[in-house]
Amino acid sequence: MRPILELDGLTKTYASGLQALKPTTLAIREGEIFALLGPNGAGKTTLIGLICGLLRPSGGVVRVAGLDIVEDYRRARSLIGLVPQELATEMFETPFAAMNFSRGLFGRPPDHALVERLLRELSLWDKRKDRIQTLSGGMKRRVMIAKALAHEPRLLFLDEPTAGVDVELRRDMWALVRRLRDTGVTVILTTHYIEEAEEMADRIGVIDKGRLILVEDKATLMRKLGSKQLTVQLQERLEAVPEALARWRLTLKDDGHALEYRFDTQAEENGIPALLRQLHELGIGLKDLATEQSSLEDIFVSLTRKAA
Amino acid sequence: MSATNLNWRAIAAIYRFEMARFFRTAGQSLATPVITTSLYFVVFGAAIGGRMGEIDGVGYGAFIVPGLIMLSVLTESLNNAAFGIYFPRWTGTSYELLSAPVSPFEIVSGYVGAAATKSVILGLVILATASLFVPIQILHPLWMIGFLALTALSFCLFGFITGIWAQSWEQLQVIPMLVITPLTFLGGAFYSIDMLPGVWKTVALFNPIVYLVSGFRWAFYGNADVAVGISLAATLGFLVACLGVVWWIFRTGYRLKP
Ligand SMILES: Nc1ncnc2c1ncn2[C@@H]1O[C@H](COP(=O)(O)OP(=O)(O)OP(=O)(O)O)[C@@H](O)[C@H]1O
Ligand SMILES: [Mg+2]
Repeated sequence: MRPILELDGLTKTYASGLQALKPTTLAIREGEIFALLGPNGAGKTTLIGLICGLLRPSGGVVRVAGLDIVEDYRRARSLIGLVPQELATEMFETPFAAMNFSRGLFGRPPDHALVERLLRELSLWDKRKDRIQTLSGGMKRRVMIAKALAHEPRLLFLDEPTAGVDVELRRDMWALVRRLRDTGVTVILTTHYIEEAEEMADRIGVIDKGRLILVEDKATLMRKLGSKQLTVQLQERLEAVPEALARWRLTLKDDGHALEYRFDTQAEENGIPALLRQLHELGIGLKDLATEQSSLEDIFVSLTRKAA
Repeated sequence: MSATNLNWRAIAAIYRFEMARFFRTAGQSLATPVITTSLYFVVFGAAIGGRMGEIDGVGYGAFIVPGLIMLSVLTESLNNAAFGIYFPRWTGTSYELLSAPVSPFEIVSGYVGAAATKSVILGLVILATASLFVPIQILHPLWMIGFLALTALSFCLFGFITGIWAQSWEQLQVIPMLVITPLTFLGGAFYSIDMLPGVWKTVALFNPIVYLVSGFRWAFYGNADVAVGISLAATLGFLVACLGVVWWIFRTGYRLKP
């Protein structure tokens, strides 16, 4: 099946000379939830802005459902919905009017039933006749989501949907994203929170300093996540890992005072008892043992450090 | 681009959205110019006008009506159109405009069309107010409406440009305050430029507003400072120049798309 979104060498250098996005190639499958994970200033918003027409690309091609976003901008854009990172709403209007405006902008005929359904779904129905100005921050964000959905997009961008949102609303947001996915909408969201990416995404992309350094199925990442490490503190310093321990593929740490063993928690046999027996037979004395679980956080930190 | 694949709904959505803002505040939008115009008539028409003779056979009070209307239409066109596009830029809601399947032509039609409609309504309201104070004669009503609409359109385009150029509320005020108001006062709104001393008369001919006011006044009373054809040409020239700048803005993404 043709990807719903294809980036080919997409890059952006701002007038300041900063290359906020290095040439990036990526394909997003229809119907998936893709999380773009990265620290502040990584280039997440830049990437989204380029796809949605808010920024002028410095190079590369973007296709939405096979449609070039420059040559075929009308058809391409009508498939896209965008909820930007910053709160920006028509303060003096009502949610109802704002949504009708959005729908009109995208060239769709009025559909009050749809608007009503979205407002109810986002718990805004009671507020439909209030000025947006008088709503709370979380409600305003939901108005923005409602507006982005008003033209029934097939590809939805949520730029930090849960920034500054309380725990309960965050759960609601996650539920909403899943419901959207169930109706066939592809969702691309950005987040700083690994937990959020873990919770929601089918695939995760890690971006740092304008470079997309990793794109992986969440399941694969979780498997990596499933690896643990055992650190054995030694009584005496070792010069090298003894030949007899080769099958555990150990690494010498701490200037020869520790051995590190990585193992898969999901494997039937983790090899620890055998390792300990072998160490004993070799007469290597242990001072201490410790195990540690690597988290997505660790993977993330090590990846972003490598990229630096 | 053919008429059938224009995004008419988008134009209508922008137009309606902007007009809704106008009607919501119609009281304010119209009260200010009506009061100001009335004051002009009290001061210029009655107090001073009584001591002024006729100009080109028209009583002073009546003579200043076209100029007064132009003054308001110019300033309000600029202000309205500039505000219309500056406000979404300032609040950040312009993201939606940029991400929507709308062409620059549709964006401009929506915003400038709405602003120009407001200006024409305003001009007609002032005309109605003025007619309560002085007898007014309109020799060429179609030309009158034509000049009014053309002026509103070109200055709304000009306002749209300043609304995109402005980076702050101060800058938004600069053009109407610093450029248009003086040019209008010096543009023959309250006198015939024939009344100016020698050199100034020549200087005045470089003021584009002279042509607007003159042409507009001709539509009322049949006499003009400059030939009406020249007035029309100058107005159209200004319109085309503004269209050119708008075209350039969207081509380059100036201040809209970094
Ligand atoms: N309009 C702009 N002009 C110049 N530089 C910009 C502009 N917008 C963003 N940048 C720079 O580009 C880089 C990437 O910014 P971007 O907003 O894409 O990051 P981000 O990943 O969305 O960060 P955050 O998580 O903080 O939202 C940053 O260094 C930022 O300062
Ligand atoms: Mg961002």
